[in-house]
Amino acid sequence: MSETKIIPLQQFKHDSAEVAADGDRREFLRTALGGYMNTRTATQHGYQDWEAARSGAAEIKWEAIDRLPELLEQFEANLIKNGTKVFWASDEEEARQYILGILREKNAKHVIKSKTMTSEEIHLNSLLEAEGFDVVESDLGEYIVQQNKEAPYHFVFPCMHLKRAEIKAIFEKIAACPSDDPEALTMFARQQLREKYLRADVGISGGNFGIAETGHIAITENEGNARLTCAMPKVHIAIMGIEKMLPRLSDLSLLQPMLGTAGAGQRITCYNSIYGGPKKPGETDGPEEMHVVLLDNGRTTLLADPEQRDALRCIRCGACLNVCPIFKNIGGHSYGTTYQGPIGAVITPHYKGLQEFKHLAYASSLCGACTETCPVKIDLHHHLLRIRRNSVSEHPPLMEKVAMKGFAFAFTRPWLYHLGTPLARLGHWLSKPIQGTKLDPGYLWRKTRTLPDMPKESFHEWFEKREQQKKAGK
Amino acid sequence: MNGSRTQILAKVRAALAVPNDPHVRHGDTAEAHMIRSGDRVAAMRQWLPLVGPSHEDRKAVFAECSAKLKTRFEVVDSPAAAHAIIAAIAKEEGWQSVAAHATGLVDAACAALGLPVVLASAGYDKDALAACAGGITGCLALVAQTGSVFVTPNSAGGRALSVIPPHHIVLATRAQLISDLPAAWEMLQAAGELPSFASLITGPSRTGDIERILVLGAHGPKKLTVILVED
Repeated sequence: MSETKIIPLQQFKHDSAEVAADGDRREFLRTALGGYMNTRTATQHGYQDWEAARSGAAEIKWEAIDRLPELLEQFEANLIKNGTKVFWASDEEEARQYILGILREKNAKHVIKSKTMTSEEIHLNSLLEAEGFDVVESDLGEYIVQQNKEAPYHFVFPCMHLKRAEIKAIFEKIAACPSDDPEALTMFARQQLREKYLRADVGISGGNFGIAETGHIAITENEGNARLTCAMPKVHIAIMGIEKMLPRLSDLSLLQPMLGTAGAGQRITCYNSIYGGPKKPGETDGPEEMHVVLLDNGRTTLLADPEQRDALRCIRCGACLNVCPIFKNIGGHSYGTTYQGPIGAVITPHYKGLQEFKHLAYASSLCGACTETCPVKIDLHHHLLRIRRNSVSEHPPLMEKVAMKGFAFAFTRPWLYHLGTPLARLGHWLSKPIQGTKLDPGYLWRKTRTLPDMPKESFHEWFEKREQQKKAGK
Repeated sequence: MNGSRTQILAKVRAALAVPNDPHVRHGDTAEAHMIRSGDRVAAMRQWLPLVGPSHEDRKAVFAECSAKLKTRFEVVDSPAAAHAIIAAIAKEEGWQSVAAHATGLVDAACAALGLPVVLASAGYDKDALAACAGGITGCLALVAQTGSVFVTPNSAGGRALSVIPPHHIVLATRAQLISDLPAAWEMLQAAGELPSFASLITGPSRTGDIERILVLGAHGPKKLTVILVED
């Protein structure tokens, strides 16, 4: 969230090492994510055919990408027909300025937000706070991390890294908070936020899907905070990526339940709502004005890659994070990105620079658990390989090339290889006192790993001896 | 003022001029064909959770989902029986006022209850609505497949009524219990001009944000009671 310039690779190395060394935190993460996986598996069994549903959902999202220009135009036309104002933003600055403009025009003071990752992407809160607006996140997890002045840890479960006592301490700074029981903590937030809904001038939300056929945005949530955000304030602004299109309203029949199942193990989440414009004549309540901001911010760059545009089909369920062995061990903040986990590692290099974020593609065991779990069948782990390939062909790593050449040279010359084995044995023995210390030339590798002792004789030596013994025996 | 519309659309078109990589775009599955060329809704119905064909089947699935969701689901054979349930709830929870909207079943329930009514359909005061311990609404439909209450502004008194009061009571008629999600969206589209809002409410408001422990009533209702009037 901070605007100071940090070098992503350095930050990643530092933060991931820190979490990986924190056994308690890792255990806490693993337990939470393991719980999601269990409920999810049980819920999948409630479908007649979950695997077929995945293929069907994958095809619907492919259709949306294949027909994107036409669907965007249709979506826009229908939004306008429903009385919604549409703004197309190329980058974060354009989106920020547009939203700021609306708030100023409306003389707004209080802004309530429901969970929207696109607003994290454009760093909206820091701008609005700097401009003097009272901005409050209303999703419980988002509210907690906002009060703690940190970014969401997981794009579906923003405060999953915090324990109840830590949350109580965060709340104590706002008002007296009597207990660290999750029920009491939730009720504390409910009370704090209820007043905010009633007084907010503007509500800002995201959008899980844009229905081209009807000009509605669809929002999937559990708490009811998005429902309140879109019901109480006079102005509703929704920010969404241009890739969020769905051709038809009926497509929600498949995608909304699958989003809840893949993400949190629910048959469908608590509230699945569609919003298409301000309050219509004859309707009781709702905003007087609705705006939809369609955000590019790197999406067209990803779209231009015929292999990896696949990743634009993501419905942000978070399932790939929940199963990822890397995420379980380094946590969400280590990624240093708005979108964490495998999907974040795939899309961020396209959105923010391949060379700056290529390291995320290496933070993977390539086990494929992400691809296997993705409800819309994004080829995630292969994309990580493709990113590695592309980054290497764009910037060939010189040292590695030299090392590989040397390796090939030695391994194709038996005399050199034979000379090398006793030397390596000697070197290993000599280096023992400094192993893992900064004096060790293999420090980076050996600080966390112990090289096993080399056997006293090599296979070659053993084999030769055996052959000689055989001959002698004859 | 529409921002960078032209540039973005041009970029999208230029990007898509390069065809999808066939190693990534697998369009040849049976399911993909069903979505592309067949009856997509019929296809979805083969994959989504099963609901039997009869009214009794729908009731059974709705009841099963409700139990998991902690929705209280009551089937009664007359409006009077529904009124009795509501009266008992209001007494137990000490309701001082009730939020509602003007429609047949709900009007009768409010009249039977005899408490001051905040009518959302009559342009309500936010604070008065927030002060109600309970809200009574109708709905467009009940969806058996997921145990959802499908609401629209006209069928359930706008956007706020079904989410502000801590206890939401829904009254539905026998014909309103429909089978599945595709049927719900079909029903909405068949009703003519689409409303500015519609929502599938599935259980009382919930969160698991703190240590994955389920807490009801995160921002919306802590309790959801669905009464199906069968007469």
